[in-house]
Amino acid sequence: MFGYLVRRLAMTIPTLLLVAITVFALVRLIPGDPVQVMLGDSADPAQLEQLRRQMGLDQSIPVQFGYWLAKVAVGDFGHSITNGLAVLPLILERFQVSALIVLVAVTIAACVAVPAGLIAAWRQNSATDLAITAGATLLLSIPSFWLGLLLLLLFGLKLKWLPVIGYVPFSDNFGQALTFIVLPIATLAMIEIGALTRMSRASSIEVLRLEYVTHARAKGAPEWRVLGRHVLPNAFAPTWTLIGLILGHLLGGIAVIETVFTLPGLGRLLVDSIFARDYPVVQGCLLFTAVIYVVVNLIVDLCYPLFDPRVAAE
Amino acid sequence: MKMRANTAIGGFLIGILFATAVTAAFWTPFDPLKVNLRARLQPPSALYWLGTDEFGRDVLSRIMAGAATSVFVSVLTVTFAVIIGAVIGVITGYLRGWTDRIIMAVNDALLAFPGILLALAVMIVTGANKFGIVLALGIAYIPSVVRVVRGTVLSIREREYIEASRVIGNSELYSMARHVLPNSLAPVAVLATSMFGWVLLAESALSFLGLGVPPPAPTWGNLLAASRPYMESAAWLSIAPGICIALTLLGINLLGDSLRDRLDPRMVHG
Repeated sequence: MFGYLVRRLAMTIPTLLLVAITVFALVRLIPGDPVQVMLGDSADPAQLEQLRRQMGLDQSIPVQFGYWLAKVAVGDFGHSITNGLAVLPLILERFQVSALIVLVAVTIAACVAVPAGLIAAWRQNSATDLAITAGATLLLSIPSFWLGLLLLLLFGLKLKWLPVIGYVPFSDNFGQALTFIVLPIATLAMIEIGALTRMSRASSIEVLRLEYVTHARAKGAPEWRVLGRHVLPNAFAPTWTLIGLILGHLLGGIAVIETVFTLPGLGRLLVDSIFARDYPVVQGCLLFTAVIYVVVNLIVDLCYPLFDPRVAAE
Repeated sequence: MKMRANTAIGGFLIGILFATAVTAAFWTPFDPLKVNLRARLQPPSALYWLGTDEFGRDVLSRIMAGAATSVFVSVLTVTFAVIIGAVIGVITGYLRGWTDRIIMAVNDALLAFPGILLALAVMIVTGANKFGIVLALGIAYIPSVVRVVRGTVLSIREREYIEASRVIGNSELYSMARHVLPNSLAPVAVLATSMFGWVLLAESALSFLGLGVPPPAPTWGNLLAASRPYMESAAWLSIAPGICIALTLLGINLLGDSLRDRLDPRMVHG
């Protein structure tokens, strides 16, 4: 177990280093002088020179990278070009919104999808299975931003049950905050139920064929016990990995949902900064999201032996 | 039985997509870019089958042109990613040793990066245009191809016919190109099918954000983005492009399933 832990931790180091190099190289690769691009054509040479020195752009590239990495390692992501705010606190504030939506949505999706997949596998090739599989494939095929627009159209504009635009933090008004995040959460949960149900069904089918399931049935265990005690725990491991991938995937793709529902989340911050050519914020968002993705997958992998002890024993 | 239905429905949907895309390259009912302010925001009618947008442009024509753009971008991206990924995968899987270790370390690190984020990062450098998207999404998906091809090559290179090719004095390069590459294509075909769907969705999402193909050129993603302000008064604008994306993805998912079932006998339905 300990060996597995160390090996898995060591694997993240090259990943994180490559992430850092990619994000750093990004600003260097943008055609033209980044300082000129940031300040616009009307900036005077002294101003350009000052920002260049401030960003360390007068040094050699490896020196710049080392300098930048050292600052990032202690949480200094620099300052926004557009409003001068420190980048990291800005990111953390926006991240709370995104993280809340993603975590709740994935939890709901898992609670629906894992049992649904199990039932479909248990009744494989029956009408129930066909209905669940068809429903999951359909959900998998709907783009999240379109589903979001349709839900807004229905509940916001036609039925007028929920507000269409805006966001209120939970600390200000709990009830009102709830009305703003219900639809984004519902949208994301529905989209992810598709992928998770299919995964849960596929791995349940494999487990149901194994000898210990036959054995459990042969010794007279009731069907609910066979499913709950033997199939579910063993079929859950691959689904658990997919949940980790989905969490990261959602953090990368949350920008579209935040755009549909006008939420001040991390994805929206990234896209807005790209439009504003606010490169320190862009760099910060990319780096932060990538690190979160790596950490989430690390946590998922470290929990994996809880569901499948064979992994740690290898 | 169910498998055949999957193939039929999936094939039908994707067939329609490609037929529409090819047709749109030569003919659309109206000029998709032609502004006609006297026909603004018309609901679907006999003349304008899917209505018109805020500039009086025909929605059906724009959707057809959008299909052409999406198919063009997706096919080009998948081709690009598969070719580069297959070459790297074959080389690394065949040579093994240090080349393999270094390439795979970089590859795994890239895989640990959310694809859409990598694509966004590349887009910032290339700028928002058709070829920027192809490059960005292509780079984002190369690591998955490398992984699949390398895995297949590792198992193929131990087969007897590769050994035979080596024994009769063929060069390593010849054996790779002539024997290993063609035999590792089946899993790549499965991957390429799913990838076509991911790319199409990612392209729509980027265009929806305004970071994809720039307007006035229509894509399904930017049609949806442009429909937002008129969602209540002109709902047809937001419904038609979404249905197109969903049906295309459904077709690809169904085709992908049947392809996987055929190539992976373990998963054959009992």
